[in-house]
Amino acid sequence: MSERVDHPPLTEPTAWRGVELVVNGRPLTAQVESRLLLSDFLRGRLRLTGTHVGCEHGVCGACTVLVDDVPVRSCLTLTVQCAGTHIRTIEGLTTAGKPLGAVQRAFHDNHGMQCGFCTPGFVMTCTALSEAAERPDEDHIADELSGHLCRCTGYRNIRAAVRQALDETHGKGQTE
Amino acid sequence: MTRQHSSEPTGYVGQSVPRVEDERLLRGHGRYVDDIALPGTLEAAVLRSPHAHARITRLETAAARDLQGVHAVYTASDVAALKPLVNEAELRVPPGLAEKLEPLVRTLPMPLLAREKVVYAGQPVALVVADSRYLAEDALELVEIGYEPLPVVVDPERALEPGAPLVEESWQDNLALELETGVGAPDTAFREAAVVIEEEFAVHRHVPSPIETRGVLAAPGAYDGRLTVWANTQTPHRVRDHIAMSLAMPADDVHVVAVDVGGGFGQKGILYVEELLVPFAARALGRPVLWREDRNENLTAASHAREQTHRIALAADAEGRLLGLRDRILVNFGASTMTGLVVPYNSVIHLLGPYRVPHVDIAVRAALTHTTFTSPYRGAGRPEAVFAMERALDRLARRLGLEPSELRRRNLITPEEMPYRTGLLDRSGEKQEYDSGDFPELLRRAVDHIDLRGVRKRQSEAARSGDQRTGVGFAVYLEATGLGPFESARLTVRPNGQLRLAIGAPSQGQGHRTSMAQIAADAVGVPMESVDVLGGDTDAVPHGVGTIASRALVTAGNATHRAGLALRTRILDAAAERLGVPAEELSIDGTRVRHPGGAETALAALVADGAELSETAYFRPGGFTYASGAHAAVVDVDTRTGHVSIEKYVVVHDAGRIVNPVIAEGQITGGVAQGIAGALYEEMIYGPDGQPTTTTYMDYLLPTSSEIPDLHLDEIVTPSALNDLGVKGLGEGGAIAPQAVLTNAVEDALTPLGVVVRRGPLTPDRVRGRIREAQAVHSEQAAPVPS
Repeated sequence: MSERVDHPPLTEPTAWRGVELVVNGRPLTAQVESRLLLSDFLRGRLRLTGTHVGCEHGVCGACTVLVDDVPVRSCLTLTVQCAGTHIRTIEGLTTAGKPLGAVQRAFHDNHGMQCGFCTPGFVMTCTALSEAAERPDEDHIADELSGHLCRCTGYRNIRAAVRQALDETHGKGQTE
Repeated sequence: MTRQHSSEPTGYVGQSVPRVEDERLLRGHGRYVDDIALPGTLEAAVLRSPHAHARITRLETAAARDLQGVHAVYTASDVAALKPLVNEAELRVPPGLAEKLEPLVRTLPMPLLAREKVVYAGQPVALVVADSRYLAEDALELVEIGYEPLPVVVDPERALEPGAPLVEESWQDNLALELETGVGAPDTAFREAAVVIEEEFAVHRHVPSPIETRGVLAAPGAYDGRLTVWANTQTPHRVRDHIAMSLAMPADDVHVVAVDVGGGFGQKGILYVEELLVPFAARALGRPVLWREDRNENLTAASHAREQTHRIALAADAEGRLLGLRDRILVNFGASTMTGLVVPYNSVIHLLGPYRVPHVDIAVRAALTHTTFTSPYRGAGRPEAVFAMERALDRLARRLGLEPSELRRRNLITPEEMPYRTGLLDRSGEKQEYDSGDFPELLRRAVDHIDLRGVRKRQSEAARSGDQRTGVGFAVYLEATGLGPFESARLTVRPNGQLRLAIGAPSQGQGHRTSMAQIAADAVGVPMESVDVLGGDTDAVPHGVGTIASRALVTAGNATHRAGLALRTRILDAAAERLGVPAEELSIDGTRVRHPGGAETALAALVADGAELSETAYFRPGGFTYASGAHAAVVDVDTRTGHVSIEKYVVVHDAGRIVNPVIAEGQITGGVAQGIAGALYEEMIYGPDGQPTTTTYMDYLLPTSSEIPDLHLDEIVTPSALNDLGVKGLGEGGAIAPQAVLTNAVEDALTPLGVVVRRGPLTPDRVRGRIREAQAVHSEQAAPVPS
């Protein structure tokens, strides 16, 4: 059974569609304007505000979510494009009351976050890396991380966090 | 420094306690302004001027108003009754400075919405409130507005020339600020010096760029008529007072809460017109109104920073001992006088830095231009001053044929000279006095860690004609931290026996919930877990200043410490009375108070009994406490591409006693990253027409993980004698030196080619430009460089 999402009056009444998708394991049916961004759907309609919007033009990476396990900029993705997909956000990583997962814990252990605004994006990208069939090589990790901006940490502790998370999920890799 | 009598051996201060704020944020349960959902919230969007300078000839909002879902469109005439914006606290000139320096500091109140004229691209002209941001932005396109473009000036030098287009028509010129100060007899010093160098160095315009843009949510209270405002500000009490003044409300009817804030760096430390317009609209419409800036607005219309030019001269004897310094500083304020003296005067009092300079002559002017206004950004005038001074020292070293670090060593003030008076007046108008520090040791360690000898050896061995050139650079800086006038802390035993600490200084990622709880727990003698910290809620603590100017730990930290000691006494007295034993025989154990004889009581029981277990303390710093640091870097410059890569970056810092080493390290690495960013990548560029051209993150280049190296960190600790905790501020420190260090290193690398670097950022294009210029000028002396 899919749950119906209530929404405010559609702001583009002439162009809307029904979409069915799965968010954090929950099957949903929703009516959305064609122009509604995935980031606004998640934050505004589903109240999953852990996904943050930093630049709205696809550079900063704060809004990154997993669409069918692939990191995607939700600020550059229309909700209607996601019909039939499985979406995961930071809220879906750990069940309430359960301890933090390996990736989340790594950011805490290494002080890989300060204001926390960019963190969900980094955590989602790192989650995708941690779920890869094999441990990604250092170049690939560096490349993935370069899709995110953090203004607080100077990145050093974020790199340490990602290393710890991947050590845990894939075993020790080559260390620098 | 003596550790106060926190008699319980909890000892959290000095420990790398893991942050208590992380778990919530890592589950996606942060609450930033834009995350708050109130029923019936309307969303606002701002119509901004596309012109740098223009007369508004027509403004027609009917079509926008008629759009379905639009609730209001406000223009200047709708807000004419509201007082214009003035950052009063920042614009106040301390009496000592006013008397002795008689500076010219003009104030230009900022209209909430442009009337008749716009004076920078990005200036707010109208505010639309609609059911959603999508609709509000649709409506912006329906506002019909006519502009008659006027002449534009973006260059501050040009702005001060006679006949330049005026930013403020009622002024005779664009001169917003002017002051002179000095020490000794600089003219004589320059006349009699063995060596004089004179150079012009410019620091380009930066945008602080927190990843969370600005945001305000205001909700009128249907029941009590109060107004609640959630704002991602660094200074909630100032925002409260200004809203109250502007909307003619009693200040205690305005409740400002700084919830989770996604970085500030100074940009969120001043008042903005949006923080007044949104509450105004909420009251007018009787509905909650939310505004969230987009990135384009943040880059073009939130405050900019740093743009300064220094015409600096140094006089020295033949051994390189400094005799005099002269500097003519020109600041581009942009289109308003946002924070007056703050940044320019910070540059003045940090220019001499850790060096002994007996004769000084400094003059500053600030010009209005048709560009976005400027305000403090992490470092706030210090990186600019350090850039000028440290570049000048390198030029002097070159002239004297001295190793740059050796020239610095000869001029550094020694610990034996502390407290050291520069002869200038500090920001409060008092005699500037460095309280503590060991600058020679900072430098010695930096030279060691960077392996200067090794670098010089590599340089001399490398073929002089290679494409890759190695260079090394240094900078030593100090920072007056712990800005007054005060900060507040209220520490209360809650009904369950746990503690709540409310402070006036909110966190934008600095981890106050952890570090302040460490301080409070030590002072009271309770476990950290029982202290909950609330920062930046104006209802929780009535007075406050905020988290700016490397001040929170010094001021709010010491207020917390004092409140904790007082609360401990109060708890023990209340328990002694209840148990009928002497207070000095009691000890606090978690949420209970125990007597060795077996009698005990719960804190909760004391509260239930009616004991008022709450203390509010204020810390008013007696003077600035000086943090300091030495940075060093080795860079490789590819002379074919102009690419600069950082091979090693060393930081040796001194911020007095450290409360939480991991958090402190995070502050330093983050600050250094911002400094590197400004040195190599970021620049806010205006065209001559006043159009900003770097208005997206594709043009304004924030570095990613790939560009910021791991740092080599070291520290020394000279505790501050000016506060009980012995702490100094360190939020800004990391950002102060990198531009000077990296530019010195790049110039060092390219010295064989005759390159002199006078401004940044050191983009490949600019580095190649300097190499080409040097080749043209020095073609006969320089080694050939492939092009």
